[in-house]
Amino acid sequence: MEEIASEYDVVVLGTGLTECVLSGVLSVKGNKVLHIDRNDHYGGEAASINIESLFKKYGNYSPGEEPWKKYGRVNDWNIDLVPKLLMSNGELTNILVSTDVTRYLEFRQIAGSYVQQGNGPRATVAKVPSDAGEALRSSLMGIFEKRRARNFLEWVGNFKEDDPSTHKGLNMNTCTMKDVYDKFGLEATTRDFIGHAMALYATDDYINTKGMAPDAIARIRLYGNSMARYGKSPYIYPLYGLGELPQGFARLSAIYGGTYMLNTDVDEILYDGAKVSGIRATMKERGEEGDGMKFKTKCKKILADPSYFPGKVQVTGHLLKAICILNHPIDRTDNSDSLQLIIPQSQIGRKNDIYIAMVSSAHNVCPKGYYIAIVSTIAEGDSNHHLELQPGLDRLGRIEEKFMGPPIPIYEPLESGINDNIFISKSYDATSHFETTTDDIKDIYRRAEGKELVVEGLREGQNLVADE
Amino acid sequence: MSARMPQGGRQGGSRFAQFKLVLLGESAVGKSSLVLRFVKDQFDDYRESTIGAAFLTQTIALDESTTVKFEIWDTAGQERYKSLAPMYYRNANCAVVVYDITQAVSGPKPPAVCAVTVLTVPVVQASLDKAKAWVKELQRQANENIIIALAGNKLDLVTDSPDKRAIPAADAEQYAREAGLLFFETSAKTAENVRELFTAIARKLPLDQAGPRNIRSGVQRSGVDLRPEASNTQGAGGCNC
Repeated sequence: MEEIASEYDVVVLGTGLTECVLSGVLSVKGNKVLHIDRNDHYGGEAASINIESLFKKYGNYSPGEEPWKKYGRVNDWNIDLVPKLLMSNGELTNILVSTDVTRYLEFRQIAGSYVQQGNGPRATVAKVPSDAGEALRSSLMGIFEKRRARNFLEWVGNFKEDDPSTHKGLNMNTCTMKDVYDKFGLEATTRDFIGHAMALYATDDYINTKGMAPDAIARIRLYGNSMARYGKSPYIYPLYGLGELPQGFARLSAIYGGTYMLNTDVDEILYDGAKVSGIRATMKERGEEGDGMKFKTKCKKILADPSYFPGKVQVTGHLLKAICILNHPIDRTDNSDSLQLIIPQSQIGRKNDIYIAMVSSAHNVCPKGYYIAIVSTIAEGDSNHHLELQPGLDRLGRIEEKFMGPPIPIYEPLESGINDNIFISKSYDATSHFETTTDDIKDIYRRAEGKELVVEGLREGQNLVADE
Repeated sequence: MSARMPQGGRQGGSRFAQFKLVLLGESAVGKSSLVLRFVKDQFDDYRESTIGAAFLTQTIALDESTTVKFEIWDTAGQERYKSLAPMYYRNANCAVVVYDITQAVSGPKPPAVCAVTVLTVPVVQASLDKAKAWVKELQRQANENIIIALAGNKLDLVTDSPDKRAIPAADAEQYAREAGLLFFETSAKTAENVRELFTAIARKLPLDQAGPRNIRSGVQRSGVDLRPEASNTQGAGGCNC
């Protein structure tokens, strides 16, 4: 085993997507990075795991049984633990392109984006219209409402935040999104699918917040532009699952000199006064004899996921999640091999939306004939969590296997990290995409490096020794 | 963006196929040097541990009408602490497992820097045994039909002084035969057998299936290209809303 350097610029703890993107970017920019994970695999909470590991993680089988055996080769399964999709025109896509991590990954479209209207047996499911033309054909609205929605979407397309002549006489600094909807005379159900299935707000808090309209408009445009990029839905997804993303960025980091150690426990964080000065750690493979390889190294900064610093984070909410294996597509979704289906909170008497994200063998995440659907929402009560997810589970039809653990705490750091040079990421939240993850990445970069992360041209001027 | 080149096919009677090749082996056995010799016909005596040589391509013309393009993945040093990602093995069509023929044992070098304490007693292992472990790892993680070549590198060192040899060629050859591997002793420094190694791999690849990703060509066709120029609407500024 080779020696570990005596000092690094940055030690990164945890190989989730946030940490791996930051590790990659910092290595590209010339920092000496040591990247550690206590697990034997990449990805942390953002990993994709095989079906045997999934059964073992949730423990929902009797001793002596091997229920995964009826699902074919276990390694044909790559089941995401985080239910998220990439917006085609989103910031993660931009980072993938500007770092060339796209070289290691292949992406495929998500086939459809759907929204539920109504509740119980009378509920209907419809495709989310993405532009003015689709709005006119949508079954979500009556004939007059379609025209109003078309006018609204055309206005959104032409909106420029710094050009008041495109603001329809509204003061964007003080008006609310309700004022905007009122201006176009949109009905409640239309506001619902625009706000929740296009702007992708999980609650209705945005509607009455003053000055929030430009954010809502930007989100609707992101949806529309992402949709326009490839056609079927605003989402793309990496073949073999989301767990490929952290691996791709870890490879980028390694190419630029980053050192990777899995199976490594952090024994002690070392401080010099208030500031972090290094770590003691032990690398030991599972089942390995002896004490493992113990080492100590200095560092100026630590970036970490919340699990490495339980005393420096707080819980902001709980995510409910059920991973379901199906052997059929979801009813009323045009037999789509993959989709997002949103059940807006107002339709089912909740405060938070329920999301369904489904992928299948079309994305090399399971054998042919199977579908993996994850139903998720934010917990609103203290008990009976399965009932909170029920409207989503009802949409799935017959379920072969269901994996649902206790509510998952969502953490965020208590401090910015300026005082101790320990910069902690947020947990993956309940949103259906990675836009908040890239916000967190940029925020951590700003806190740790004291400057903005500029995504464009990240690798330009950073010569690879032997690149083509 | 070589990875997004056409993956294979037939044009005017000539065949072109592209394959993913991965390198494996312990640190400092010369994996990157072998590739650098093959791709750029260069050698550097004092090459640092791999930085940057992570994605190279080289084509071999097997005959007048057949061209094979290798998309070569280097470990980028992630093998050092056994932290290679599954992505590395994914869809690899062929692999070169490299060992050092002058190295009988390998263990941790004495710590060069004071802050390091290595408490474990290293398992003394011949470098060929380590190569065997990499072959096992490949068989566990990679495609079943992957073509594996075993390369005993640093042949130049024993040509000058035969007593430096630690692994008899016959031992490695016998193992390779039993395990169904191609086998060459190579020198990245003198270039001996380097081209021969890659050509032998190219000849063994299933050219009629033309290309690595054709196995999943259905996916390839429907995949999306994220590059801005690949999209008509990107960058136009407007929104289709």
